[in-house]
Amino acid sequence: MTQSPPARLALEDGRVFHGRAFGARREVAAEVVFNTSHTGYQEVLTDPSYRGQAVVFTVPILGIYGVGDDADDQSGQAQAAAIVCREASPRASNYRSRRTLHEHLEAVGVPGIEQVDTRTLTKHLRDTGAKNGVVSTSDEPDEALVERARRAPSMAGLDLARVVTTAAPYRWDEGFRPDSSPWGPDEVAQAAPGARGRVVVVDFGVKRDILRHLVAQGLEVEVVPASTPADAILERGPDGVLLGSGPGDPAAVAYGIEAARALLGAAERDGLPVHGVCLGHQILSLAAGATTRKMLFGHRGANHPVRCARTGRVLITAHNHGFAVDPATLGRTGLEASYVSLFDGTVEGIRHTRLPVAAVQFHPEAGPGPHEAGAFFREFALAVSARRGAPEPAGAGRGAADGAGPAGQEGGA
Amino acid sequence: MPRDPSIRSILIIGAGPIVIGQACEFDYSGTQACKAIREEGIRVLLLNSNPATIMTDPVMADRTFIEPVTADAVERICAQERPDAILPTLGGQTSLNVAMELARRGWPARSGVRILGADPEVIDRAENRQRFKDIAARCGLATPRSYVVHTVAEAMECQKDVGLPAIIRPSFTLGGTGGGIAYNVDEYAAIVESGLRASPVSEILIEESVLGWKEFELEVVRDRNDNCIIVCSIENVDPMGVHTGDSITVAPALTLTDREYQRMRDGAFAIMREVGVECGGSNVQFASDPATGRQVVIEMNPRVSRSSALASKATGFPIARIAAKLAIGYTLDELKNDITRSTPASFEPTIDYIVTKIPRFDMEKFPGADPTLTTSMKSVGEAMAMGRTFKESLQKALRSLERGRFGLGLDRHDRWGRPDQPTRAEIVDRLARPNNERIHFVRYALKAGLDEAEVCRISRFDPWFVGELAELVRFEERLRALRGQALDAHRDLLLEAKRHGYSDVQLAAAAGVTEDEVRAARGRLGLRPAYRTVDTCAAEFAARTPYFYSTWGEEPDEVPSAGKPKVVILGGGPNRIGQGIEFDYCCIHAAIALRADGYETIMVNSNPETVSTDYDTSDRLYFEPLTLEDVLGVIERERPAGVIVQLGGQTPLNLARRLEAAGVPIIGTSPEAIHRAEDREAFEAVLEKLGLDKPPHGMARTVEEARDVARRLGYPVVVRPSYVLGGRGMAVVHDEASLLAFAEEAASVSPDHPILVDQFLEDAIEVDVDLLADATGDVVIGGILEHIEEAGVHSGDASCALPPYTLPPLLLDRMREASRRLARELGVRGLMNVQYAVKEDNVYVLEANPRASRTVPFISKATGRPLAMIAARVMTGRTLAELGVTGEVRPPRFAIKKSVFPWARFPGCNILLGPEMRSTGEVMGMDRDFAAAFAKAQAGAGEHLDRPGAVLITVRDQDKRQVVYVAKKLASVGCEIVATRGTYKVLERNGVERLRLVQKIDAGRPNPLDLIRNGEISMIVNTPSHGPLAHEHEKRIRSLAVARNVPCFTTIAAAAAAVSAVEHVKQGPLRVEALQDVLVGLGAF
Repeated sequence: MTQSPPARLALEDGRVFHGRAFGARREVAAEVVFNTSHTGYQEVLTDPSYRGQAVVFTVPILGIYGVGDDADDQSGQAQAAAIVCREASPRASNYRSRRTLHEHLEAVGVPGIEQVDTRTLTKHLRDTGAKNGVVSTSDEPDEALVERARRAPSMAGLDLARVVTTAAPYRWDEGFRPDSSPWGPDEVAQAAPGARGRVVVVDFGVKRDILRHLVAQGLEVEVVPASTPADAILERGPDGVLLGSGPGDPAAVAYGIEAARALLGAAERDGLPVHGVCLGHQILSLAAGATTRKMLFGHRGANHPVRCARTGRVLITAHNHGFAVDPATLGRTGLEASYVSLFDGTVEGIRHTRLPVAAVQFHPEAGPGPHEAGAFFREFALAVSARRGAPEPAGAGRGAADGAGPAGQEGGA
Repeated sequence: MPRDPSIRSILIIGAGPIVIGQACEFDYSGTQACKAIREEGIRVLLLNSNPATIMTDPVMADRTFIEPVTADAVERICAQERPDAILPTLGGQTSLNVAMELARRGWPARSGVRILGADPEVIDRAENRQRFKDIAARCGLATPRSYVVHTVAEAMECQKDVGLPAIIRPSFTLGGTGGGIAYNVDEYAAIVESGLRASPVSEILIEESVLGWKEFELEVVRDRNDNCIIVCSIENVDPMGVHTGDSITVAPALTLTDREYQRMRDGAFAIMREVGVECGGSNVQFASDPATGRQVVIEMNPRVSRSSALASKATGFPIARIAAKLAIGYTLDELKNDITRSTPASFEPTIDYIVTKIPRFDMEKFPGADPTLTTSMKSVGEAMAMGRTFKESLQKALRSLERGRFGLGLDRHDRWGRPDQPTRAEIVDRLARPNNERIHFVRYALKAGLDEAEVCRISRFDPWFVGELAELVRFEERLRALRGQALDAHRDLLLEAKRHGYSDVQLAAAAGVTEDEVRAARGRLGLRPAYRTVDTCAAEFAARTPYFYSTWGEEPDEVPSAGKPKVVILGGGPNRIGQGIEFDYCCIHAAIALRADGYETIMVNSNPETVSTDYDTSDRLYFEPLTLEDVLGVIERERPAGVIVQLGGQTPLNLARRLEAAGVPIIGTSPEAIHRAEDREAFEAVLEKLGLDKPPHGMARTVEEARDVARRLGYPVVVRPSYVLGGRGMAVVHDEASLLAFAEEAASVSPDHPILVDQFLEDAIEVDVDLLADATGDVVIGGILEHIEEAGVHSGDASCALPPYTLPPLLLDRMREASRRLARELGVRGLMNVQYAVKEDNVYVLEANPRASRTVPFISKATGRPLAMIAARVMTGRTLAELGVTGEVRPPRFAIKKSVFPWARFPGCNILLGPEMRSTGEVMGMDRDFAAAFAKAQAGAGEHLDRPGAVLITVRDQDKRQVVYVAKKLASVGCEIVATRGTYKVLERNGVERLRLVQKIDAGRPNPLDLIRNGEISMIVNTPSHGPLAHEHEKRIRSLAVARNVPCFTTIAAAAAAVSAVEHVKQGPLRVEALQDVLVGLGAF
């Protein structure tokens, strides 16, 4: 069955894992990280936050439901550098599937390696930390591959936002399609397009599900490049700004931090709601004066419990981050930790004590992952519409107001 | 929020006897609940009528009541013990129904006792079909078009809208009893009728068919802070139309995109909240249209279920334990994940392997019943296996079933390439009609040249699964390269085969060599399995819990060892009729005892329902098939000082000789001694040597020989094929015609397949003796059980009394002495069970089983002496004297064992006890006198003797004289007697009062069937006659009795026992008594 050529994953610390190639035949060097989601490889593949990373999937078989239309895509292209798994299904079965994972990776130029002892690899990454590696089908000796892994740039200090961001501003109008809506039916009755106001999303590598959520909340969405200065953002006259998700070391995104600092000023000055997700959360924290650090192996999966400081409720959330905000540095920032990981105490969300400023480290948009943190977007939309002074339709504030929505959509921040 | 301090004492309600749809998974959940609640310092009371459970061990609860699981018993226990709450969500549908009944009586308000976990209103919302439909609609979830009806007329009306095929589901029944799928109008009417009858509230749901849709289950846990998690998603390989208990299932769900899966997850939570399950575990089932992705919700169980046990074993997340903690007030984030010990229970397990569960069926025991799989569950057990690929997992699960299959094909039951190779017509039929061999027929279909799409179209299996099977079929072609070749030259191919889950047996068949040769070649090539850990988190965190499965071509995970001497205990594999929870009980006892003695205990088993496969029962758990290869793999990894084979039933015993030949240190009775007891000829030599009697017998290799032997012995005779065990295919024949039919058809006697013919000892009494023996030759009798039914009824099916209630001491002493001599002669180290038949003053040895028997837990409960624990210690070299085990314990109470039968699942099969075992479980009734104990056993089995109504008596001629006594006694306690003409005349002549005549079935109306239907009959005494017409009538009477839960006694002995019990219940309600008050010296447990 697996008559594809042998391939290897060589890590910079000298460990070499054997497997077989699938997808594109191409050598790549990348940071090797593992993801524990059972589902959602198409979303992971297209998530800009995985830019430059070789993603090891702990789920043993990948590709069973194939690759479908772009409704599941998180960006306009493949982002992950390579896919590593125990078994890649040569067949696909799903009513939405258009091609097999192998065919898709081949088409988008991403190499895969299967038949890898992913459990041993995961344990190694867990114990020794995420590290660079090379995926290759070359027949050179192991040492040569290991050497190339060592020469690959480290993720620390790397500004990948600049690489994945949009070149020019654009408008985003697409919500969720009925059969791929993450919401229960009471949420499908979406607010009228644009009814709640206009927001600017700063694209550090933003996932499309974030944009789809904003549209579904009745917001008009404009996306601007990562390097857009604050005054250029404010010139657009937004009712709110969202700093999106993205890859790499937040500390390296100096221009983003700079802009965020100015946006915090606008929040202070005239109540502009400023929210952030993932990299956006880290950038906002840095802008407020906190620091971030690189984690040993990070959080990547769809089963992470976080506790809401305000209500004590626990949400199961999707995570994808290798850096985190240092809680000890939140002291004088005006921010407080709004969510904390129950796995290891990592700061998973912040909110400002006075201002309409909040952010989450996890992914409330899911894609892939559980939906229960989606109320984050509703809260943002309500803050936006409040600032704009737009009348709220009856019942629209339910989830945020009573603090416990019917589907566990406890407030995002 | 921390636990509720107002709860200081809780009554946990167990599930009662093992029945289809409710098996030892509820011992697993109940045992976890006992432990979880007790460690909080809360006083635990326990009610369960099933003596074979670990949860009813007197050390598991503060007060243990082995009493019928009924609302009456709960009321009496609560009046006596005054608990603060009862917990009914861990004992299956049985305990939930008891809670419902208590609520209907207004008992909670009256008594001030709270019902924890799910209040009756919640239970009703989930289980009442119409309310559930409304709730689903409120959550915005689609459900199949359906109607709830209460009459046949209503059902006929709504059939027009629902169309055919249609699904019929009775409300409030176990595993869908009485329901089914109707493809035409006649079937529709028939199933509607049976469904209305099966439902205690005469309510059924008629539903649009979503046959062939994909089927999924989500295991949900919610706490009172509204935190919800999904512990596991399960996908059925058999699509909609087959009960999930009868389906092959995999975890995690494989063919759903994240979008689809998360919508299902949202739906499950929404339902959970809307139904109002405040805290605890539930299970929500969904169907999904493979063509459009449209999802509908099918049903919800607001309690811990069979699927939760499976999900717990599949992920390592102990749902029942957590549910119990939530019930007493904790929230998920306050509880630890026991596996990682560093992360909280409020997370969702993620797994890095594929789990496959395959049900096990014993259809051949119910001839006449339709083996087609439907929405009414028929399987009696299940095996689970884990592998790193679906192929590996599936093939391991197939061989775990112990049905002679070693994977997908390439074994001695593989019909491909043989004279009985299935035809295309047979293949198509077996793909289209769900049955327990369907997965093998997918392979045949592919080998026969049907393309994958065709197979999918006919079977409605998802193309992905069929594609996987097709890959295996293609791989078989590559395995041809092995034929006639030196295996050593094919290391890569062998490794690849192993990674696809192929067993040595299959590879041997492919290569044309023996299994031993394959194993030897693997040894030379250094090919051995790697053991990986089940850790709930796909290796994201370090795990400490030692729970393992094997895979190939990977690095092993660390196996922690404390360096103590190790003992491996081989479990019993999937439950089946004849080998179930009793053996699991014995294995667990060995683990507990030897762990306490300082050994490292290692359990090997493949049954996800059991307590033995709970990860904290032993020091290490290997979830593996119980085949020679898989067991040797574990043994080579662990290098134990000893391996115990005599506690897990026939499964490990069958491996004993080959394990020993492979150099494995078997402890306890030697494989040679086992052979001497099991091999018929060797055993006869032993009996001869000891001068013990056997019933006269002979062996026949031709039909003529059989006739001659039978003539010599005289009819009736017991006949059986010589190549089967455990009563399989055994029959009592009364005349030559039946004998010849049996010899020709049932046994197809031939020189290679002789049949054994024993004289049938009519009206003899059977006796079971269980004993312990040690290396010094010391023998202690554990217990003597007298069967209540006469000889001819399988010992697993017969009702038994401990101590014996009619046999004279002299005869008992002779059996004690014979048992001692047998044990010494065979060299038993541990347990042995000897079966005797007593006729007049003669004692005959029927068989000796040098292993734990089905009655060990029952005797342990009745005497307070844990036989299996003692046996395990004896096997490690301790003596009985050292252990303080001397003399026979005089049971402080009468204990009656009564079996329960799955007749209701197999309409069409003849309801009659015989030499072939057909019961699925048992209950125990214990009291100061025989009559009260018998009454409790009846009530425990759901055949209450205190119902109003007349007693129907219709017996064969030879019993007519004896039944007079029974009838008189009944009349004397005020029972009306209804009898058919022949019986009526005899009773009338003998002056029986309160007598009424009823017509025979074909002789007019009302006949007995009418009376039963009208609820006028409270009990039936009906002994079988041999004429074909009478036989047909009796069959109809007994079938109806089963359907209506009317106790039916088919022997005079049992009827006599029942009469004394009726007398007792007329005097007043049954008492309840805690085991702890009855038994003394429980320190031994």
